[in-house]
Amino acid sequence: MVKKEVDDRFKRFGTVSFTGITKTNDFISYLEKGKVMGTRCKECGAIYFPPRSDCSTCLQSSMEWFEVSGKGRLLSFSELKYGPVGFEEDLPYTIALLDYGEYKVFGRVSKDMPYEDLNVGMELRTEFTTLPNGQLSYVFKRP
Amino acid sequence: MERVGIIGVGQSKFVRGYAGSIRELAFEGFREAMEDAKIQTKDIGASIIASAPEYDKQRSPAGVIAEYLGLVPQPTFYIESICSSSSMALRVAYSMIKAGLHDVVAIVGFQKMSEISSGESQERMGRGADIQWESPFGTMMPAYYAMYARAHMAKYGTTGEDLAQIRVKAATYGQINEKAVYRKPVTLEMFADPDSTMSATVAKPLRVGDCCANADGSSCIIVASEDKAKALCDKPVWILGLGAASDTVNMAGRDLLTGLTVAIEAGKQAYTMAGITPKDIDVAEVHDCFTIAELMAYENLGFAEPGEGRDLIGSKETYKEGSIPVNVDGGLLSKGHPIGATGGSQIRTIVLQLRGEAGEMQVRDPEIGLVHNIGGVGLYGNVTILGR
Repeated sequence: MVKKEVDDRFKRFGTVSFTGITKTNDFISYLEKGKVMGTRCKECGAIYFPPRSDCSTCLQSSMEWFEVSGKGRLLSFSELKYGPVGFEEDLPYTIALLDYGEYKVFGRVSKDMPYEDLNVGMELRTEFTTLPNGQLSYVFKRP
Repeated sequence: MERVGIIGVGQSKFVRGYAGSIRELAFEGFREAMEDAKIQTKDIGASIIASAPEYDKQRSPAGVIAEYLGLVPQPTFYIESICSSSSMALRVAYSMIKAGLHDVVAIVGFQKMSEISSGESQERMGRGADIQWESPFGTMMPAYYAMYARAHMAKYGTTGEDLAQIRVKAATYGQINEKAVYRKPVTLEMFADPDSTMSATVAKPLRVGDCCANADGSSCIIVASEDKAKALCDKPVWILGLGAASDTVNMAGRDLLTGLTVAIEAGKQAYTMAGITPKDIDVAEVHDCFTIAELMAYENLGFAEPGEGRDLIGSKETYKEGSIPVNVDGGLLSKGHPIGATGGSQIRTIVLQLRGEAGEMQVRDPEIGLVHNIGGVGLYGNVTILGR
């Protein structure tokens, strides 16, 4: 009997992934190539980050990928001294939100950026990273 | 138009490590509301059970709790919108009564958070956000609200001391609320003292003192049609306005980071339905899961202009003697925040205030009160306006 292969690439996203199977699994394959990608609706042009496989504007499911590139503006951030179960090894870490104009990106600030250097309004860029436990993610860094 | 009235309110003490099961916990709030309403279980046409899942092991808690409360064979079901579950249940109960399906409905909110560790609890709450795209970064509620605090500080110059003042107020009333889990005073000096637990960072810029206390607890609100309410109750409190809204689960979808859009939207709906303005509110309960949440609530509900929430707390206008008393029962910060029970507890406080039965916490002769109850990080928002 042939075992059906399960596409659970999304298990590899972040320190702990809570999702295995999603139609946006190609996000992980792009991450493997060093690219952070969002989706754009081929029908109506709506732009999505985080990526979606279905468009809530025109209700079509015809998406193409685009790369998150250039600089985003830091909207806010917080450094965590306590973390949820499963994230203890990462502490302390800083979560943040970047504004790219047409979309925003939520993620973590790179460990090599001191917290004291962060200011609302400063420019950062989004870059692929491999985490110490081998998982794939992205971080915000200086342009 | 036929009104819907609240004829009974109750809540358990909010405690750490409740020595009983969820059905026994739910019974405590229910019994107090039944004694308050002076009715029998056969008078209740339906029950709605509200909590957030995954704190205890019971699947479909409505059935087991309805049986324990003696509310079988009446219909019962479960409503969930995380921390605003019991306010959402009130909204549904209101609709059921207005539709003529039932004359009397009981809303029972409960949460037994102590069955899991604090870290596990943070993980559960973190998963009340976007589990696919945000939780893998290690998010938790204090950190999300900390991002709102940072944005508010950057835009308006709000300070950590402004936020600490909100906690000091909460503790002022937590001390005199016998149902509260945290009954000790909190001072501004504690926030400045590196040796005090209150000053320890949780998620910058929020400290332990900025965060509400986890607790086990239950609450119960009994609502009735106008005719039934007048027949059964000497002092019914009427539901004058209801508002509810939702927002994007992912922070990447949020345009406003200095306030909660759901609170603004639900507030507008409730004010319109009640035909009043923020100036008409005599006493309010707002969802102060974190100090910044109360500050934003002042601004989102129209008690202060955007950016001027700090002046409202700075001038003590939200104290019991002020122009708009807020959370004079200790709020979530001192009373405790047993997720599914919280909305019902807030409603109970306002009902007692409007009936003039709030004891030491009583504000002077209020006629209209407001309850602001938020689920998740501004994911769900309910605003309820009550009058006597």
